[in-house]
Amino acid sequence: MSESTKMTGASALVKALEASGVDVMFGIPGGAILPAYDPIFDSKIRHILVRHEQGAGHAATGYAQATGRVGVCMATSGPGATNLVTPLADAQMDSVPIVAITGQVASGAIGTDAFQEADIRGITMPVTKHSFLVTDPADIARSIAEAFHIASTGRPGAVLVDIAKDALQMQTEFNYPKSINLGGYHPRMDATPESIRDAAALIAQSKAPVLYVGGGAIKADAHKELLKLAELTGAPVVTTLMARGAFPDSHPQHLGMPGMHGTVAAVTALQKADLLITLGARFDDRVTGKLSTFAQNAKIIHADIDPAEIGKNRRADVALIGDLRLTIDALIPAIKNEFKKSQPDISAWVKQAYSWRSRFPLGYDHPTDGSVSPQYVIERIGKLSGPDAIYVAGVGQHQMWASQFVSYEKPRTWLNSGGLGTMGYAVPAAMGAKVGAPDTTVWAIDGDGCFQMTNQELVTCALNNIPIKVAVINNESLGMVRQWQTLFYNERYSNTQLHSKRIPDFAKLADAMGCVGLTCDSTDDVDKTIAKAMEINDRPVVVDFSVHKDAMVWPMVAAGTSNDEIVNARSLAPIWDSQEL
Amino acid sequence: MTQSHPDAPSSSTSVSKTRTLSVLVENSPGVLARISSLFSRRGYNIDSLAVGPTENPNFSRMTIVINVEDHALEQVIAQLDKLINVISITELDPVVSVQRELLLVKVSTDEKTRSQVLETVQLFRAKVVDVAQDAVTIEATGNTEKISALLRVLEPYGILELVQSGLVAMSRGLKPGSISEDKK
Repeated sequence: MSESTKMTGASALVKALEASGVDVMFGIPGGAILPAYDPIFDSKIRHILVRHEQGAGHAATGYAQATGRVGVCMATSGPGATNLVTPLADAQMDSVPIVAITGQVASGAIGTDAFQEADIRGITMPVTKHSFLVTDPADIARSIAEAFHIASTGRPGAVLVDIAKDALQMQTEFNYPKSINLGGYHPRMDATPESIRDAAALIAQSKAPVLYVGGGAIKADAHKELLKLAELTGAPVVTTLMARGAFPDSHPQHLGMPGMHGTVAAVTALQKADLLITLGARFDDRVTGKLSTFAQNAKIIHADIDPAEIGKNRRADVALIGDLRLTIDALIPAIKNEFKKSQPDISAWVKQAYSWRSRFPLGYDHPTDGSVSPQYVIERIGKLSGPDAIYVAGVGQHQMWASQFVSYEKPRTWLNSGGLGTMGYAVPAAMGAKVGAPDTTVWAIDGDGCFQMTNQELVTCALNNIPIKVAVINNESLGMVRQWQTLFYNERYSNTQLHSKRIPDFAKLADAMGCVGLTCDSTDDVDKTIAKAMEINDRPVVVDFSVHKDAMVWPMVAAGTSNDEIVNARSLAPIWDSQEL
Repeated sequence: MTQSHPDAPSSSTSVSKTRTLSVLVENSPGVLARISSLFSRRGYNIDSLAVGPTENPNFSRMTIVINVEDHALEQVIAQLDKLINVISITELDPVVSVQRELLLVKVSTDEKTRSQVLETVQLFRAKVVDVAQDAVTIEATGNTEKISALLRVLEPYGILELVQSGLVAMSRGLKPGSISEDKK
């Protein structure tokens, strides 16, 4: 190699990021990562300077969830890196492809408790798909290429690349691999023909099937195939919290979301089914309730790209290990083939499931004291912004209501922290989503508790022309925790009162951060205020919706109990016909 | 015992047994930490773990002994397989594999008992590696049963100190286990 191809490790890093297709990244410089920021200054990659590393991580996640591409964040060693731990764990739990690049102290100082040293590779081992520590500049480009490959293929996930400062400073040759061959990593793409045949045979025998659709349907871009499969089988469909938007809410076969706060129809259909066609879902405890009582009479077809999900919580009768889009593509002709021989009559089952849906719809009451119903606010945001907008929730009551009362018609329009349940996710994730989809309206539907964890990124939004809209559903409390205190702790409200109708003044706070701050505290003003927020597109908008603090999320299956114990309002179990019991 | 999901349907129908896994891994820093972190996080208890180089310096082989049910074993293997640095995992059937551990044990002896201890050493085809006034140090290799039997016989004399390696194991015959085979 000639002298001219030599470059610093930092330049190799930036060149490798460019070669990996990165167009935007979120981060904050600091001592150990500083060499990398010099070539970033000249790169065509847009670097968005956030206000806290956690914001960078969730922004990368929001970007990845909205676009399907790999999100990238960058931080320095020590506290910069440890501030990324929460978003890495968050992205990993929800199978979101992100790559985090952190600076590390110089290789000679590793292990000496040097200034701003933290063993971030070790710290993040249990919460990432993989993590690298690079101390040789010659390994930088390859590690970056491998990190993107690992993050984006198979079951997507979070990957960390920790690079020692001296490796960034030293000279090296740029060696970006043309192809990647990792000895121990070969995601299986195609389910075996035998498993496809077995699954089709089970479907052709089932009299009461349900399509149990999880976030994998969105990760695999399988929504079109899913629609075909659903219409071919005629089976009712449920979409988990991570799968909202994978199947249109307006579709007549859709029963809504299953789980702890799912619809009565979706929860009950899973319980009574004789076959669950599980597509990219993982039998999470929030969906199954008490596992030993979950769907006891159902056979299980489990399609997942991650072999370790098969049988982890629930034994599968047929495992379809592979990419979900390819799996459904293969399944459709196999089912047609079986249906030619005999197609089961599922009409009685379907009719029964639809009757649950019409008899036990989602609903809410308007408070009698004249205060605003939080569900109403969220429902109106969804109606007025429509199915093309992206909705990003924090974690808690507002998240459940945003899942329940906004109608999702398209994949990648509903972003939330499902697995880890990270309060504070919404504002930075909405920022990332808006960067990835600049022409789309992006609403963060946030709680007053969540909003106070990460709202500093509104400064980033204001300065970088990222005009997101934030609806703070302000019930002046940690609402979901308060709901549990109401139901399970004798209304002893220990440390859940936030006083956030008094302090802080969210509109003024928004104003101070370069956003437009709006307030709304009457039902009559909800539509007007949303319309006003919709008109502002040159700056971020924050709307402080003052809502009733006693509103609760229903239906509910209490933690650790059976899905058969679902209640659709406080102390109000659904009234079943005698033949349904 | 593993902590499989408390509600897991198959847990009541399956019995736990001791299993030996031969795990081929990349010889790179942090791999051992990654594997032990996985076992600790998922609640799998390791009975023994031995790690050492292989005929190819790029790879190490770990022999992991765990006591789990069938259902949990599938999970252990699937979770291990997800680690990027893990190349392959083989469960070794004790019938068609050679399994050995190493024992060093210091046994209290006096003039009366020394000859009895030395006889035991011979019976078990063990070796005396150090002799002192009132103790002998014995080295023995063998499978778990042999080592346990030896220890049972030696125990009445007074065991002063003992140290055991983890189990190492290899399949019999030619076929599985070689790196070229695993790398396919």
